[in-house]
Amino acid sequence: MAIRPRPGKEAVEAKGWLRANKWLILRRLSQFGILGLFLLGPLAGVWIVKGNLAYSYTLDFLPLSDPHILLQSVLAGVEPHKDAIIGVVIVTVFYMLIGGRVFCSWVCPVNLVTDLACCTRRMLGIRTSTQLSRNARYWLLGVTLLLPLVTGTIVWEMFNPVSMAFRGLLFGLGLAWVILLGIFLFDIFVSKEGWCGRLCPVGAFYSLLGRKSLVRVVATDRDKCDDCMDCFEVCPEEQVIRPALKGADKGLSPVILSSQCTNCGRCIDVCAEDVFHFGLRSHKQSDKGVEAVKTGAEKLDDAA
Amino acid sequence: MKDSDKEKGKTVNRRQFIGNVLKTACGMGLLGLGLGMYARQASSLPPMAVRPPGALPEEEFLGSCIRCGLCVRDCPYDILKLGQLGDDGVVPGTPYFTARTGPCEMCEDIPCIPVCPTNALDHGLTDITKARMGLAVVVDQETCIAFLGLRCEVCFNVCPIRGEAITLDYQHNTRSGKHALFIPVVHSEACTGCGLCEKACILEEAAIKVFPTHLAKGELGKHYRLGWKEKEKAGGSLVAPDIEHKYNLPEGVRYDLQGKGLIIDSSGSQEVPVSSNPLDTLNSNPLDTLNQGLEKQ
Repeated sequence: MAIRPRPGKEAVEAKGWLRANKWLILRRLSQFGILGLFLLGPLAGVWIVKGNLAYSYTLDFLPLSDPHILLQSVLAGVEPHKDAIIGVVIVTVFYMLIGGRVFCSWVCPVNLVTDLACCTRRMLGIRTSTQLSRNARYWLLGVTLLLPLVTGTIVWEMFNPVSMAFRGLLFGLGLAWVILLGIFLFDIFVSKEGWCGRLCPVGAFYSLLGRKSLVRVVATDRDKCDDCMDCFEVCPEEQVIRPALKGADKGLSPVILSSQCTNCGRCIDVCAEDVFHFGLRSHKQSDKGVEAVKTGAEKLDDAA
Repeated sequence: MKDSDKEKGKTVNRRQFIGNVLKTACGMGLLGLGLGMYARQASSLPPMAVRPPGALPEEEFLGSCIRCGLCVRDCPYDILKLGQLGDDGVVPGTPYFTARTGPCEMCEDIPCIPVCPTNALDHGLTDITKARMGLAVVVDQETCIAFLGLRCEVCFNVCPIRGEAITLDYQHNTRSGKHALFIPVVHSEACTGCGLCEKACILEEAAIKVFPTHLAKGELGKHYRLGWKEKEKAGGSLVAPDIEHKYNLPEGVRYDLQGKGLIIDSSGSQEVPVSSNPLDTLNSNPLDTLNQGLEKQ
């Protein structure tokens, strides 16, 4: 098996290391920054943010709550308090506008684990095929919402690696690291992007939340694409790229419309030709008839 | 030909589609069942873990608590912890404290409650003395030194609802025969389950412990009626009062059940010895023999 050069190599040569890693660096800053803000309290006694990703209180006035968890608790028959409702409205509106799965790539702590797994997998040259559908997560999401209805307790939160990891770092990890290690190994040896891309119901929830989000990655200069495949190589949801990048012949919009896109921006980084940029959903190509085919692209996206 | 091929492909696809959907649905159903059953099994609270004040009954609590940990952060005494997977047996992410190492100090403003975003800690609780986190129980009379006849009363003295949640019951020390035992007795109508007594217990392993109320309390059968209470409620006996028992005794003789026993009303007549021999048993009054020992009481 020919070992491919590390994706992004050309981009580094063309754009310099910093620009070829810009969004990755910003993303890590965001992930660690958020974690750091939460950790300032317990470690240094500086209480800017209290709580964790499930619900937090910032500077003693800003409540933020996780809509997936709060929804489960409502389904279990709970009436949340005013603060929790304000918090959930803020968070929901934010992710609806910015892109639901921005949570996955810019906030979620498990992303660090799965990115590392992906990296390791690539370095070890492991290629396994998997039966696991990319839609399994939506089913699992359904299960997480059905369970509180049936049992009256928030069952998923007993297993949720996302909240467990973040909470663990702030309040004590216990054996949660075993679950994280499990995900790491699963992603390396069993299924490529197995957790985030196929199973995680939290990601599925945010993907549905951000279906109509405004901020999207746009293949603005798709005619410059030299088919190096680096973006497909690094994208955790590679199926989302094709319609936008290669859909010019079919008249598809250059906007990556799939809600499965996490807006991580890694495709922008690794592209030596600068094909991709962050843009708006309403991005208009100078091509004619983009508006007319956009609906078609969305349909295609829905089918995916 | 082309059409029928297409048709064929379509039906196979539909079959595959339905098959896939069913497969996934079954898989997810099983997964859900597994998760649900595991959750059910794992959601019992270990007896030594006490929920913060105002916590809803355990089942409701697990539906309401979103595991944010704000109560932990706002506890000024830092006694609350969040459950960790596989570590303490408490549902991961839910708050609890351990009375022996860090009991609830019963803050008057109960800062852990108002920060709870989902009412898992009941915002209606504003008086900490109304909290029922659990119930203290004197679990071991063999080691509690009050039962051994030693003066201790530490649990009684540290109790924040002093004299009401724990009282001292004075009892006779039958071992020494001349001392009193100062026995601590917990009263569930006042005990909040804060655990200060358990923390303070001087033994290596506390003889007084806070348990979840349902483990600590007995419950009378619903059909039980306490006669004296019913009497009090009704303001008088609910059954016909007992008729005084009549003994079938010869005239001039009475029987005092709880006192002297048989009593003969001697009408002053001096008994004449039957026999001239003073040692003859016939001379003694047979009642003396019958009532022997009763006078001493």
